[in-house]
Amino acid sequence: MRAVNKKRPVTDERGRRKNAASRARKLAEKKADSMPAVAPLDGPRLVRHVPGPLVDPAPSGGIREVLSQRYLLKLIVGRELAQMYAASLLGLLWSYVQPAVRFGTYYLVFAVILDAHRSVPDFAVHMFTGQVFVHLFSETWSGGTRSIWQNRSLVLKMRMPREIFPVAAFVVALYHTFPQILLLVFWCFMTGWHPGLSSLAAGALGVAILVTFGLALSLFFAAFNVFFRDFQNIVATILSFLHFMVPMMYAFSLVYNLKASQAWMYNIYVGNPLAEGVILMQKCFWFSSLSPSEHHGNTVSQAGGPRTIAFPPDMWERGVIMLLICFVLLYAGQKYFARVEGRFPERL
Amino acid sequence: MADSIVVDHVSKQFTMQYQRTLKQMAVAAARRLPMQEKFQAVNDVSFTVQQGEAIGLMGLNGSGKSTLLKLINGVMRPDQGTIRTRGRIAGLIATGAGFHPQLSGRENLFLNGAILGMSEPEIKRKFDAIVDFADIGKFLDTPVSHYSSGMYARLGFSIAVHVDADIFLADEVLAVGDRPFKVKCLAKMQEIRQQGSTIFYVSHATASVKAMCDRLLVLESGHLNFDGDVDEGVRYLHYEDDDETDEGGLDGEFGAEI
Repeated sequence: MRAVNKKRPVTDERGRRKNAASRARKLAEKKADSMPAVAPLDGPRLVRHVPGPLVDPAPSGGIREVLSQRYLLKLIVGRELAQMYAASLLGLLWSYVQPAVRFGTYYLVFAVILDAHRSVPDFAVHMFTGQVFVHLFSETWSGGTRSIWQNRSLVLKMRMPREIFPVAAFVVALYHTFPQILLLVFWCFMTGWHPGLSSLAAGALGVAILVTFGLALSLFFAAFNVFFRDFQNIVATILSFLHFMVPMMYAFSLVYNLKASQAWMYNIYVGNPLAEGVILMQKCFWFSSLSPSEHHGNTVSQAGGPRTIAFPPDMWERGVIMLLICFVLLYAGQKYFARVEGRFPERL
Repeated sequence: MADSIVVDHVSKQFTMQYQRTLKQMAVAAARRLPMQEKFQAVNDVSFTVQQGEAIGLMGLNGSGKSTLLKLINGVMRPDQGTIRTRGRIAGLIATGAGFHPQLSGRENLFLNGAILGMSEPEIKRKFDAIVDFADIGKFLDTPVSHYSSGMYARLGFSIAVHVDADIFLADEVLAVGDRPFKVKCLAKMQEIRQQGSTIFYVSHATASVKAMCDRLLVLESGHLNFDGDVDEGVRYLHYEDDDETDEGGLDGEFGAEI
């Protein structure tokens, strides 16, 4: 506000101030010794032939350019990890302690106290599958949202494809989630995993949806967060109820029951790409590790209990359409990011 | 010789946001204060630089020198006009290199080198030379946030000069170093100049610019008001607009057109 009241200096039409010359003289006098004069080297100056055409020094190469600079990506991911565990005794272990504690808590509340495992056979795998992939998604999104702001010291001074920071956030999320995925696979094998072609296809489709959706949101929110830091809090708020918006602590059939009475609620629920992604991952891991007596077609049943629906009947169509939408979103995210990133340095 | 940098009618405008929170915005709206103000940092600037030219960039503080270098470097994009460059660009822009405060000097060296376009083997090959030139000794594995501003600048400069860039940008960053190091840096820049790289040198020290540069650009409130011979440019900058210097300025501009 103070700056508003300050008058702009009087300049002529070419921007020269009235007292420019005397100011320049004073400055030159004061700074005369700031840098020494070093004479040019003797000998002829070499002529340097630079191959290649004239190019834009700030191309908007997007994610494609990021992928061509894998060494830089590796360094930035390493830096993120080092920073995360700086001055910490347990270090990387923390990224396993938290999910383990969360799993324990949810299991205690939902399986033991609320008895949810009655309606879901093999409840632990059901919950763990959801938890792993929600974790992958939410870490991608929240890390990506903060990424540009956190790396502002680099963004302000150096030219690089800035999409590299949201992408690095995704790689960090993958780094944290990968051992959990291995644990999940191991667990499923122990309980009799028999993945068929359709399960593996569901897994691939689910991962593709989660990754493209997460990256798309990352790009949008990383840019929003530069302009308004509120967005990292908005994301944190959304993340706190994300676990409840996917079928992991309760059976999908409970949501499906809403379709008759509250169709709009059901439509919002299954319209969420994250829910669709998790449903597909459930198909891949949890559903395929149930014993033959527990599942049939699209339904599951607990020993002696009634058959309940495990997936939306239009899971595949929805999944494919949603993947396409996510790709469009990712493209739009890149376009938006490229459009506004030129203004990042002045807002950081 | 080939064009190295082509700047064509480039303008850059900054938006200064005065009120950041909703509360402040409401107060400002009630008092009828402006929410934001536009500020023209670079105004319709055009010039062409040949490969191997050494360009001095002078102007009062706030005349848009650093913004122009950021545009050439690619950190910022122009609002209007285009910039085209050929080859690898390295250099230091406005006080301090782009270092990550929590990382050690060694890690920043690798990160910075990679950002400037060096590959892993290239950085490893040049590692010792960079560390020697920077002369930071045992502080190499200390986080750079603990560095003195001189050490910070030395490491940044050392990385930038070892990139073997086709275009080298040097802002006033070296002003924080001690004198022997400044001499060493400028000697290195003369070497780079000798090897045919394009140089952009920003400084207020007239003698230093005269020794380093073949050509001078003078920016005034974002306008490129002089483009030509170094001595004439300094005269333009330092004397009142009487007839004599006015001509000098015009001559300079004609010189650039040819």
